[in-house]
Amino acid sequence: MKTGVVVFPGSNCDHDTYHVLKHVLGTDARFIWHGDAHLHDCDVIVLPGGFSYGDYLRTGAIARFSPVMQAVKEFARRGGFVLGICNGFQILQEAGLLPGAMLRNRGLKFICRPVDLRAERTDLAFTRAYEPGQVLRMPIAHNEGSFYVSPEELNHLERNGRVVLRYSSPSGEVCDAANPNGSLNNIAALINEEGNVMGMMPHPERASELCLGSEDGKGIFVSLLKAVESKNPRIQESKNGPRGLSFLNS
Amino acid sequence: MIPTDISPETISQHGLTPEEYQRICEILGRQPTFTELGIFSVMWSEHCSYKSSKIHLRRLPHQGPCVVQGPGENAGVVDIGDGLVAVFKIESHNHPSFIEPYQGAATGVGGIIRDIFTMGARPIALMDALHFGFIDDPKNRMILEGVVAGVGGYGNCIGIPTVGGQTVFSRHYANNPLVNVFCLGIARRDQIFYGRATGVGNPVIYVGARTGRDGIHGATMASEEFDERSEEKRPTVQVGDPFLEKLLLEACLEAMHSGLVVGIQDMGAAGLTCSTCEMGSRAGTGVEIELDRVPQREAGMTAYEIMLSESQERMLLVTREENEPKVLEIFTRWGLDAATIGRVTGDGMLRVLQSGTIVAEVPNRPLADGAPVYNRPMKRPAYLDEARAFGADLVAPPRDWEQAVIRMMSSPNLCRKRWIWEQYDHMVRTNTLVGPGADASILRLKGKERRLAISTDCNPRYCYLDPAAGARAAVAEACRNIVCSGGTPLAATNCLNFASPENPETMWQFSQTVDGIREACQALGTPITGGNVSFYNETNGIGVYPTPVIGMVGIVERESHITPAAFREAGDVVLLLGPEEVSLAGSEYLEVFHNRVEGVPVPVRLELEKRIESFLGNAVREGWVRSAHDCSEGGLLVTALESALLAYPRLGIELRISSPLMPHQALFGEGPSRVVLSAPEQNLQKLLDRAREMGVLLRPCGRVTSLKEVRVVYNDADILSVQVAAIFETWDRALESWLQAARMNETTDEHR
Repeated sequence: MKTGVVVFPGSNCDHDTYHVLKHVLGTDARFIWHGDAHLHDCDVIVLPGGFSYGDYLRTGAIARFSPVMQAVKEFARRGGFVLGICNGFQILQEAGLLPGAMLRNRGLKFICRPVDLRAERTDLAFTRAYEPGQVLRMPIAHNEGSFYVSPEELNHLERNGRVVLRYSSPSGEVCDAANPNGSLNNIAALINEEGNVMGMMPHPERASELCLGSEDGKGIFVSLLKAVESKNPRIQESKNGPRGLSFLNS
Repeated sequence: MIPTDISPETISQHGLTPEEYQRICEILGRQPTFTELGIFSVMWSEHCSYKSSKIHLRRLPHQGPCVVQGPGENAGVVDIGDGLVAVFKIESHNHPSFIEPYQGAATGVGGIIRDIFTMGARPIALMDALHFGFIDDPKNRMILEGVVAGVGGYGNCIGIPTVGGQTVFSRHYANNPLVNVFCLGIARRDQIFYGRATGVGNPVIYVGARTGRDGIHGATMASEEFDERSEEKRPTVQVGDPFLEKLLLEACLEAMHSGLVVGIQDMGAAGLTCSTCEMGSRAGTGVEIELDRVPQREAGMTAYEIMLSESQERMLLVTREENEPKVLEIFTRWGLDAATIGRVTGDGMLRVLQSGTIVAEVPNRPLADGAPVYNRPMKRPAYLDEARAFGADLVAPPRDWEQAVIRMMSSPNLCRKRWIWEQYDHMVRTNTLVGPGADASILRLKGKERRLAISTDCNPRYCYLDPAAGARAAVAEACRNIVCSGGTPLAATNCLNFASPENPETMWQFSQTVDGIREACQALGTPITGGNVSFYNETNGIGVYPTPVIGMVGIVERESHITPAAFREAGDVVLLLGPEEVSLAGSEYLEVFHNRVEGVPVPVRLELEKRIESFLGNAVREGWVRSAHDCSEGGLLVTALESALLAYPRLGIELRISSPLMPHQALFGEGPSRVVLSAPEQNLQKLLDRAREMGVLLRPCGRVTSLKEVRVVYNDADILSVQVAAIFETWDRALESWLQAARMNETTDEHR
């Protein structure tokens, strides 16, 4: 399976995501430069976390104009799997691929800590590795993660089962005390109508190795791997080594 | 070039003495131009020249088998095996953080990160050592909130995790906050870069942010004490742009790793002046630059302003002629300004041209290294005798033990600092195996077996009561923290924060501190590879405690050696390792309950410390202990409680102490070289035998329990029984509640 991690100016979870895709899951991972207009035949595209364009103006607002985003939109339109993590989620919202906006956290502070998440949808290409209602522990690290949409749209999202993960207590109770940032209905992850574009504020790439405290995030990537394989059973691991931007220890 | 007529007032406004001015005239063989005067004033400021500290710093041990690069470059470098080196340094940004807390702290982070990647290293972790006044004063509260937001704002955006540090509160830091930031980077041993302008004729390239009028004379500001008018100096504080620095970091590393860079240096304090003359001085060359080619943010800047600007996120690099287009291409691709602004010359001069005219022409070496060196007068401070005379161990015991424990655990210095570190991304880059709130933080190097442990330490109260002993204690504690976590200490960096060096009492403290660090570093085998001195931390005549912050780097050989501070299993034996002798002198208890910082703390015995660390390292690596937590501020009870509070799922503790001391002396008294361990029963005999063989004291003092209760039996009398959950709540939320209360009070005051 070929996976691509988009590098925007200011992305800073790009190396972490690449590390999981390549070294933990063993996929043929590569970086995709924001100025590129094509996606190098990748099966999965990840928009990683970070501060694209410094988050100046508004989170994700400038990144959506990058040449690569045209290609990502086209890829998504054709049914390709796109995962946006943290800043990547915000970019998908700005690009119109996912609804709503992220407001500043209600405490008006950056928050970095592990949170508990209840899996609401485990029938998706992104979440099939999980059990229904399973509680997952993954870190969040953001200043603007308070999900907001209009009441009508929120209703629509809920009715159509578009909420994938909700902030919850360790036992899976969805309550205000478990809501770290003030997101409407404790929403932490959303899926698009077609089921091929997902955005999530928690960082699964920080929870994919036991030495980092949790492996609960790995299921997202494992699910995608399986989904791609079942969608196209002939996909083989590429014989060519991955082409990545050079960086230490890769 | 027309030498300006320079008045004595102008000289003094530039922070230069008449003698220093005379020396400048001698070096030049004429009077300086106004621009040259500015150039000398920043390079010869205390901040850049270390003129008061140099004579003492020479005594620090810089040699060791692991040391690749000691002081004198942008950062220290030590070999960590596997063909890799650790590049690290700690630096202060105290003065700017007082004047403008957010930007002061943010640009402090930006500056130290540049020092690390300048050496060709990928920065992988930050730590911050913060010192504030008590936040019931609104000014101090604002500084705390601003500084924490600033450190987070910069580190989070650039994507380098802030993995630990320390926060100390004391009235001596009111209006004198200390913001020290440590940065660690990793490079390949064969790819270290230096700030040297070698190769006559090579192009000198300016990259990064454009030069503006911000931060002019920042270095000079950091070389003066403050008074009521200091806030007028806000324009001398720079504004940081972490996004730009992220691009600069990636572009510089790409250029360096592509073999295109001959020498490189960041433009920090004293900006373009410092980078040009230092790079030339180190290489024994000259540098000629044309200011018209320097990318500028605004029109009409004078040569003086361009040379002295401290605009952030700028670097100067030297490349070979044939590689010039490739370098420019890389920076353009990352969307950065890059321009060739001059050449390396063979005449040893810093020559600055503007509109075709020479505006400054100064020999590099005397400018960079020829600042006067002062052996300033020293005098043992008058306060010492009185402060040390107090019989701290005679203070009354607490009446109610439950109240006392809660008061201690929610005190500013002992409470959990979660409010601070949750605002820092401490996980990005996914190398943080052990993060904030531990004895030492531990980082993995992906694909390698070895891990790195880092810690910053200093107990300023001890330093105040005996600067040499306090400095020895700081080095020992930093080492002990690394050993507790499963590592072996390797080398250290130091940030020496003091009041005005023109006060003989401060200079005495400084000299004593250097001696203390030297002795401890020699005894414990950890050379100092560089660091930073910050003087003039003084407002209206009140100075900070002598505060030598030690940043220690160690190696953890295997993942299995990593040992937490938290208890892990009910039924485990709790043990106290280390000497019996404790005292309430200079203790947290004495300050919290009696508002005194007095007495003579128990001094660390370095030979014993070494043996204890050797025993501990062994026990940890053998896997004989399940937890190890340095027993320092707050004493035995606080340390044992912390190990219980950090346990997840929750555990309790039962302490049984027999001692001829009063209970508050034994439980809250502080002593050096002590560690609280927990170990399974079956390892107890092995541990006791080994301790006897090595001549160190190890005593069982209780058990980890599943009761989720803290119980203390003192000389067979029950003195405390309280739920762990109750203590956890106050300990965990104290800082937040304290801030909330302070804000409420301020609002009420306004409405009065």
